[in-house]
Amino acid sequence: MSTEEELQSNVSVASSSPTSNCISRSTVGGLKEHNYLGLSDCSSSVGSSTLSGLADDDKATISLKATELTLGLPGSQSPARDTDLNLMTPVKLDEKPFFPLLPSKDEICSSSQKNNASGNKRGFSDTMDQFAEAKSSVYTEKNWMFPEVAATQSVTKKDVPQSTPKGHSSTTNNSSSPPAAKAQIVGWPPVRSYRKNTLATTCKNSDEVDGRPGAGALFVKVSMDGAPYLRKVDLRSYTNYGELSSALEKMFTTFTLGQCGSNGAAGKDMLSETKLKDLLNGKDYVLTYEDKDGDWMLVGDVPWEMFIDVCKKLKIMKGCDAIGLAAAPRAVEKSKMRA
Amino acid sequence: MALRLPSKVLEHILSFIDSNEDRNSVSLVCKSWFETERKTRKRVFVGNCYAVSPAAVARRFPEMRSLTLKGKPHFADYNLVPDGWGGYACPWVDALAAKSPSLEEIRLKRMVVTDECLEKIAASFKDFKVLVLTSCEGFSTDGIAAIASTCRNLRVLELRECIVEDLGGDWLSYFPKTSTSLVSLDFSCLDSEVKISDLERLVSRSPNLKSLKLNPAVTLDGLVSILSRAPQLTELGTGSFAAELKPEAFSKLSKAFSNCKQLQSLSGLWDVLPEYLPALYSVCPGLISLNLSYATVRMPDLVELLRRCSKLQKLWVMDLIEDKGLEAVATYCKELRELRVFPSEPDLDATNIPVTEQGLVYVSKGCRKLESVLYFCVQFTNAALITIARKRPNLKCFRLCVIEPFAPDYKTNEPLDKGFKAIAEGCKDLRRLSVSGLLSDKAFKYIGKHAKKVRMLSIAFAGDSDLMLHHLLSGCESLKKLEIRDCPFGDTALLENAAKLETMRSLWMSSCFVSFGACKLLSQKMPRLNVEVIDEHPPKTRPESSPVERIYIYRTVAGPRMDTPEFVWTLHKNPEIGVSRLAIK
Repeated sequence: MSTEEELQSNVSVASSSPTSNCISRSTVGGLKEHNYLGLSDCSSSVGSSTLSGLADDDKATISLKATELTLGLPGSQSPARDTDLNLMTPVKLDEKPFFPLLPSKDEICSSSQKNNASGNKRGFSDTMDQFAEAKSSVYTEKNWMFPEVAATQSVTKKDVPQSTPKGHSSTTNNSSSPPAAKAQIVGWPPVRSYRKNTLATTCKNSDEVDGRPGAGALFVKVSMDGAPYLRKVDLRSYTNYGELSSALEKMFTTFTLGQCGSNGAAGKDMLSETKLKDLLNGKDYVLTYEDKDGDWMLVGDVPWEMFIDVCKKLKIMKGCDAIGLAAAPRAVEKSKMRA
Repeated sequence: MALRLPSKVLEHILSFIDSNEDRNSVSLVCKSWFETERKTRKRVFVGNCYAVSPAAVARRFPEMRSLTLKGKPHFADYNLVPDGWGGYACPWVDALAAKSPSLEEIRLKRMVVTDECLEKIAASFKDFKVLVLTSCEGFSTDGIAAIASTCRNLRVLELRECIVEDLGGDWLSYFPKTSTSLVSLDFSCLDSEVKISDLERLVSRSPNLKSLKLNPAVTLDGLVSILSRAPQLTELGTGSFAAELKPEAFSKLSKAFSNCKQLQSLSGLWDVLPEYLPALYSVCPGLISLNLSYATVRMPDLVELLRRCSKLQKLWVMDLIEDKGLEAVATYCKELRELRVFPSEPDLDATNIPVTEQGLVYVSKGCRKLESVLYFCVQFTNAALITIARKRPNLKCFRLCVIEPFAPDYKTNEPLDKGFKAIAEGCKDLRRLSVSGLLSDKAFKYIGKHAKKVRMLSIAFAGDSDLMLHHLLSGCESLKKLEIRDCPFGDTALLENAAKLETMRSLWMSSCFVSFGACKLLSQKMPRLNVEVIDEHPPKTRPESSPVERIYIYRTVAGPRMDTPEFVWTLHKNPEIGVSRLAIK
């Protein structure tokens, strides 16, 4: 009964042996053997057909550019590696894996790992097309070296955040910037968002309640329109707005800042003594923060102590985007409500 | 003449067999065994809600009383699956409401559940007893209220890390006013306050209540009051501990805890101040499970607590425990089976994570029964992995997250190949493995060869080429779930090993190099696989060779699914886009 079979193959454990190659195996569901690459059915010796398919066709079925990856730095490969790993090499077929086991790999491994460790690993930039362009430009040969760490420390390869806005890859000539700002990678480290959100609240609460002096840092994220990555600052390490804004200015001056045309941000006048806008190279940026209620407010209106109490995130926005943000009266009102 | 077991006898035998794996094997023996088995199966597990249709399940298992369903792929937990992908509970509930009215238990994981769905559950299953929602979303407290008010025999209501639209704490007052049959209530993921008086009354009229997990809005005073009404609890999730430390509050709390003589599991402890920890000392000797993973307690306060927990089997903690805290765990918690160490600052930026590989080595050496590990740290060494494998060959679950992508062994600068080889070879019962750090194809050759019982494998930022994937798909005999992100390959290995995919529940690959052309080819050739391309940009607008953002491939007998959103491409949706002149030169 086909229904039975269907259900069987779904619910029961399919017991196909996985070691044989894909071609020769038939599954519980009774699938016929397929030759995936030579589409014209090669009924001849099934095993070899695949690989000869591999060798013969232009492999146009798949982008084998994608498979022509080599280890080591771009420009520092051991050429032997290249050919060994080249999957295009037709192989003799048994039931064994198609790909030649590479005895030479062992030696190569240890030597080239040093290469790997100290520089860019094989290109994600190796296999580019216009889609990947935005990604690849982040993979310049410049790496985010932690200056204090010796060569033993691996250099992080900057994965492109999947949420990177387009067009910002051009601003990544950040090799000149001071150490260790890392790009944010979506979903990494693999911590559930539930936990991340809870921790963010928990940590803040415990820092507040914990009366001990030097009670840990109060890190908030700082993002900037146009920057490819976020930074974090410890609000507790500053004692007033002036210090905060100088620090931010230092952090973010490496970015090419676009000009914002409009001058009309209503609340700008309210930025009083801090003159953050001026500090940021007079380029018409304002510093805003997200408070506990999730509202975005202009920085500078409430007393510093209160500010670090409520600030969850900072954002350096273009002045024109900040129009309509809460100005002083509302901020003060909110703080009254809390008191 | 062949011996035939009378079906009554077989039924009796099967009544002793609970495990679904065993029952699946039984059902494969012959048609009559299949029939007997299916008519007697009460607990049904469907690991992928799209692998089979609800109608088929209902039809096959007429005596089903309990259904467990999983929806979204695991990486949805880490925001890798866009909202709206799918995993809807409604079609299941609708079908079961019609065909399996005697259903008593529903457990859902990573699914989208609506209020209507919850109301339907409440209305359709007269003897409904158990609702457990893990990492689900899409519903509000109104739906919970419907369950509470209508399901008169409700025993278990657990919302574990769900995203719930919290419309207030009223739902709690909807439970029956007479005594309830509640055994377990978990509302720890809700935000808003519940009225303590409602909670107190509920607890007082629930004599069978054994497990109660409060949300952070419940204060310490509330906790004390609840505990005094429910000293029989075996599992407790506290509310928030953040309150001023007043002497009388502390002693009341202490006393309340010391009255709970049966407490075996403790969690919650949000914002717990170290000064309050001694209130817990009285329950420590009896604790089997302790979840401190939201408690920002540091050393040495942690050790004071842990050294009293000599029976502890499960410990979840943050990296604030540091290596020396783990050393203490290794000394005092000799019964430990499961350890999870979470990062207190789950960011790439965090470079001062206070645990190192040494902490895990301590625990591996000291805790002989250790079989499940989840460990976050910045870097690792092969030597540590080798030691761990040697000391703990009984490991069943080993998930190591080296937060630094591509981090090699920081002492030798080599990849972590040797270390994971030791794990794969040494831990013969390993069922779940997550690898990280710098890994070459070689590591996966070892894993493919030796990790014979691994069912679930998670990989990120690893490998060099398609060989890596090929090793895994052609080895790993028991592989059921494979999830890969940011590894530089795809097409060749995938296509070469396509048939393996039908022996697995699912394969996830994101930010790899799988081309659209390969996906099309695969879906054409493997009709029993659903090949989903999840990509913000419609793949058909790009060349065939361009890589797609994410693919999710799973076996199914239900055919292509009809509820895919825009950003999910399947061959079914675009049949006119065949495999173009790809292969044919």
